[in-house]
Amino acid sequence: MSKIFITRADGSEVVVEGQPGDSVMTAAVRQGISDIIGQCGGTLSCATCHVFLADDQLGLYGSVSELEDEMLECTSTEREPSSRLSCQVTLIDGVDVTITLPADQL
Amino acid sequence: MSAGVLVIGAGQAAVQLACSLREDGYQLPITLVSDQPHAPYQRPPLSKAFLKGAASVESLAFRDPEFYETHEITLLTGERVVAVDRRDDGSGTAACASGRSLEYTRLVLATGAVPRRPPVAARGLAGTYVLETLDDATALRAGLADARDVVVIGGGFIGLEVAASARLLGRSVVVVETATTLMGRVVSPLVADRALLHHRRSGVDVRLGVAPTSIAVDDDAVSGVELDDGTMLPAQAVVLGVGVSPRVTLAEQLGLDCDDGIIVDSSCVASDGTTLAIGDCAVTATPEGAGASGRIRLESVDNATEQAKIAADTLMGRPRDGRWVPWFWSDQGDFKLQIAGLRHPTDHAVVRDYPDSSKLTVIHYREGRMVAAESANAPADFVASRKALGNGWTLDPARVADPACSLKSLLEDASRA
Repeated sequence: MSKIFITRADGSEVVVEGQPGDSVMTAAVRQGISDIIGQCGGTLSCATCHVFLADDQLGLYGSVSELEDEMLECTSTEREPSSRLSCQVTLIDGVDVTITLPADQL
Repeated sequence: MSAGVLVIGAGQAAVQLACSLREDGYQLPITLVSDQPHAPYQRPPLSKAFLKGAASVESLAFRDPEFYETHEITLLTGERVVAVDRRDDGSGTAACASGRSLEYTRLVLATGAVPRRPPVAARGLAGTYVLETLDDATALRAGLADARDVVVIGGGFIGLEVAASARLLGRSVVVVETATTLMGRVVSPLVADRALLHHRRSGVDVRLGVAPTSIAVDDDAVSGVELDDGTMLPAQAVVLGVGVSPRVTLAEQLGLDCDDGIIVDSSCVASDGTTLAIGDCAVTATPEGAGASGRIRLESVDNATEQAKIAADTLMGRPRDGRWVPWFWSDQGDFKLQIAGLRHPTDHAVVRDYPDSSKLTVIHYREGRMVAAESANAPADFVASRKALGNGWTLDPARVADPACSLKSLLEDASRA
C-alpha cells in the first residue's frame, strides 16, 4: 500500500491510499479526487490527469515516454519539469507519493 | 423528506452526474438504477484492454464501493425500471420489474444505447456477439479464445477496435463494411484511407463495399459469413459492430419528444420541461447544426461527462447553456485516433502529412475558422488543436500543412489573431 499526498491548486490537502500496481490517476479517481479527471481511463488519449510530482520523487517513476511527452505538450495548466500524466505513475509498494494538482485539466 | 434524483442508468453519464451533484452540495438522495448486475464500470476498455486480457473486471470500476456509501449515492443494480408514473410537478414513481417502486423528485434518463443487429443476424445465435456491456465483453472474450477465424461486421470505431484486439490475439480477422470507406460517418476520407492502410498492414482483411447475406450455421453455432459477392468467409466468432440505437422506451412512454434519441435542450432538459436526459440516449442541438435537423447525438465519454455536468447544474437550479468542443478517441491496436470538434463534409480540409505514413493530421476550416481536427498517431497535434478549438483560436492553415512546424508553435500567433 502507498499513500498519495495531494495538494490541490487552492492549497487544500488530501491524502488517499492506493495499491501497488495502480496508477496515481486510478487510485485518486476511484476515491473521488475530481481534480484529476482521467477521461480516457489511462490510455494516453486525453491528458486530463496532469499532476506535478514532488521534485525528489521524479526519478522514482520511470521516464516520460514519447507518447506521454507529446500529450503533455499543451496541457491546460502550463507544463513544468515536474509534470507527469498520473495514469503513467504506477504506485510502488510502501512508497508514498506527493503531488500537486494543476488549476485546470481541460 | 424529498425523494431526490432518480437516475435510470449507471454508465459514464449517470456516475458523473451523481458525483457532480454531491460535489456541488446537492443534499437530497441520489439513486442510480441499472438492470446490469455490476457496479458502475468504464466501457471504453471493453473493446481494447479488457478484450486482450490486459484489464481485469476490478480495474474497470469508476469508483471504490466505499465512495458511493460515503457520498450517499444509492446503487440499485439488477433492477429494471419498466414504467414511470409522473406527476405534474415533475416528480413521480418508477416501477421496477421486481415490483419495487422508486419515488423521485426529478428524473434523469441515462439509458444509453443498444447495439443494432443487422438483418442477417437478427436473431441471437451462438458465436455472434454484440458489444455494449461488461457481460457482452466477457462473452466475446471467451468466444475469441475459442475462435480461429473472426468476422467483424461493421467498420466503425467499435468494429475496428475489436478487429485490432482480435488480431493482436493472433486471430485471423476479416472486417466487412458495406460502405466504401471505414468509419464513414465519423472521420474524413483521408483519415479513413490511412486507417484502412494501417489495418491491412496489421494483417486485418478489410472488405469494403460488400454486404453479408447470410450467416452459416453448423451444429447450432456460427461457421461462416456469406457475402453478396459470393464469398464465404469461415468464422467461429462473428462480431456485430453496426452502430447503436438510443434506448428511448421509457422516454416514449413518458411522452417525451424523441428523434433518434431523447431530444433535450442545451441544459439537458427534455420536452416536458422537467425530465433530464444525458449521454448516448440524448440528442441535442449543435451550434452549427451537424445534421439536417440541427441536432446531434454523440456517443462518447466526453459527451457523457459534459452533459452530466450540465445536468447537475440544471438540477442545482442554475441551468446554463452548455456548449463545448466535443472530442473523441479510438485506439485501434496501435492506430491512435484522436478527434476534436465536429466537422462537416463541406469544410475545407488542410492535410498535415508526415513522412511516417502511419501519422497524419487533418484540420478542418469553415469560412476561414478552424472547426475540427483529426489526428492519427499524432498526439501532439491533437492536444494543440484541442487547445486552439477550446479557446476559439484558428491555427494558420498555410502553416499547419508543414509537418516540420509544430502546431504548438502556432498557438501563440493564433491567440493574438
